[in-house]
Amino acid sequence: MTKAIDSRRFNSTTRRELLKLTPVLALGAFAIPKLQQPLLKAGLGFSDWASELLFRRNHLAPTFSDSEVAPFTTFPINDYDVDDPGVDLEAWTLTVSGAVQKPGEYTLAQIQALPKIRQNTRHVCVEGWDVIGRFGGTRLSDFLKSIDADLNSRFIYVECADDYYESIDMATALHPQTLLCYEMYDRPLTREHGAPLRLTIPTKIGYKQAKYLTDLKVTNVLPRVGYWEDQGYSSFYGL
Amino acid sequence: MPETTFEVTAPKSENTELAVYEHPWPVRFCHWVNSIALLVLVGSGFQIFRAFPSFGAKIPQKDLLHWPKAFALGGWLGGGLQWHLTFMWIYIATGLCYFCYQLFSGNYRQVLFTAGDIRGVWPMVHYYFFFGPKPEPRHVYNPLQKLAYSSVLVLGVLSVLSGLAIWKPVQFSWLAWPMGGFHYARIWHFAVMWAILFFLLGHLIMVVLHGWNNFMSMLTGWKKNPEYVSR
Repeated sequence: MTKAIDSRRFNSTTRRELLKLTPVLALGAFAIPKLQQPLLKAGLGFSDWASELLFRRNHLAPTFSDSEVAPFTTFPINDYDVDDPGVDLEAWTLTVSGAVQKPGEYTLAQIQALPKIRQNTRHVCVEGWDVIGRFGGTRLSDFLKSIDADLNSRFIYVECADDYYESIDMATALHPQTLLCYEMYDRPLTREHGAPLRLTIPTKIGYKQAKYLTDLKVTNVLPRVGYWEDQGYSSFYGL
Repeated sequence: MPETTFEVTAPKSENTELAVYEHPWPVRFCHWVNSIALLVLVGSGFQIFRAFPSFGAKIPQKDLLHWPKAFALGGWLGGGLQWHLTFMWIYIATGLCYFCYQLFSGNYRQVLFTAGDIRGVWPMVHYYFFFGPKPEPRHVYNPLQKLAYSSVLVLGVLSVLSGLAIWKPVQFSWLAWPMGGFHYARIWHFAVMWAILFFLLGHLIMVVLHGWNNFMSMLTGWKKNPEYVSR
């Protein structure tokens, strides 16, 4: 098994073996300031692409018994700006536009007339905490059907009373656990939790579940993705 | 005996040395890319941890430790996530390449800790930590090394599985289940990272103690006059 070799040839062998590792240096591209952001954006994009592939339309997020639900007082109030943007609850309507047959203003009563779903699901924050809460509302899919939305559109885009904005993909919008939520813990949404209407999406990270909804648009193009996404968070962030 | 042993002769001299090809290219390549990915994941992982440095509830929040910003990668949570979600693919890809190569080449025998190695662990521990006699080196890796490397490979797999469990708690809810659920999977992910860092500390100390020739073998693949080859 032992082969004889003279040391000069051996040195050139080891040098060649060392040079074979030069592809490792390609990772240095991440240290070049001009390339760093495009590369990380591509990496995040790849993760989003993989996330979209992993999403299963009818796979349900875990649900929990009433005893596993965290007390209402320990359900965190999280927002980027103010707890209460001062929505006029009496005059509130949801403005619907885009690829729908019945655009216009929708009152809370119209939304509440659709079948009501109650579910105990986990809310996962991008920061790392999670909390199990009780949510009630109407399926976004039911609402989209009631307004004759084009379900082949790619996105649902929403705007909020606090100038927050978000978007979700149509597959997630049609998921049976995705709710236009108007109740938490069997009580009408409090102002801090997004009264009168918010999104509850157990298959998405917390920042996609916008509160204080005012506008909903069915669309194929997104001028903006979302408040946090436009600053560098994942666009899809499915759980 | 390793696969390839060369007798290296210096020109115009009687001196010959033995050189052994210990680490094939795929192993070396995966080792270095994976190491870099690991460091990026640890740095960005601390950035993510900084956003909620606790393993309890959000209300009331009891912080575990305040990790300094200087030792975290990405500048802010969003940046940390970008690094983490990019390099996790590099980490996973090199891990898979490594496992596939080792399996199909048979080279896994070099590192895999087996029942036959159990007897050899204590003499090595005795030698390293309690001034015992030095056991006779027989293979590229001694039994304690095999135990360490095999363990860290398991930890590497666990880091990926616990990471997937907290990245995709709905699609991979079955993954979090054996770890005690989503909430505990996050603790697993953190604990596994510390275990890997503990290995890394020992690994680096050993690399320093064993010198340049040994270190270069992970770069060139070749080691000159290894102890386990008798002349």
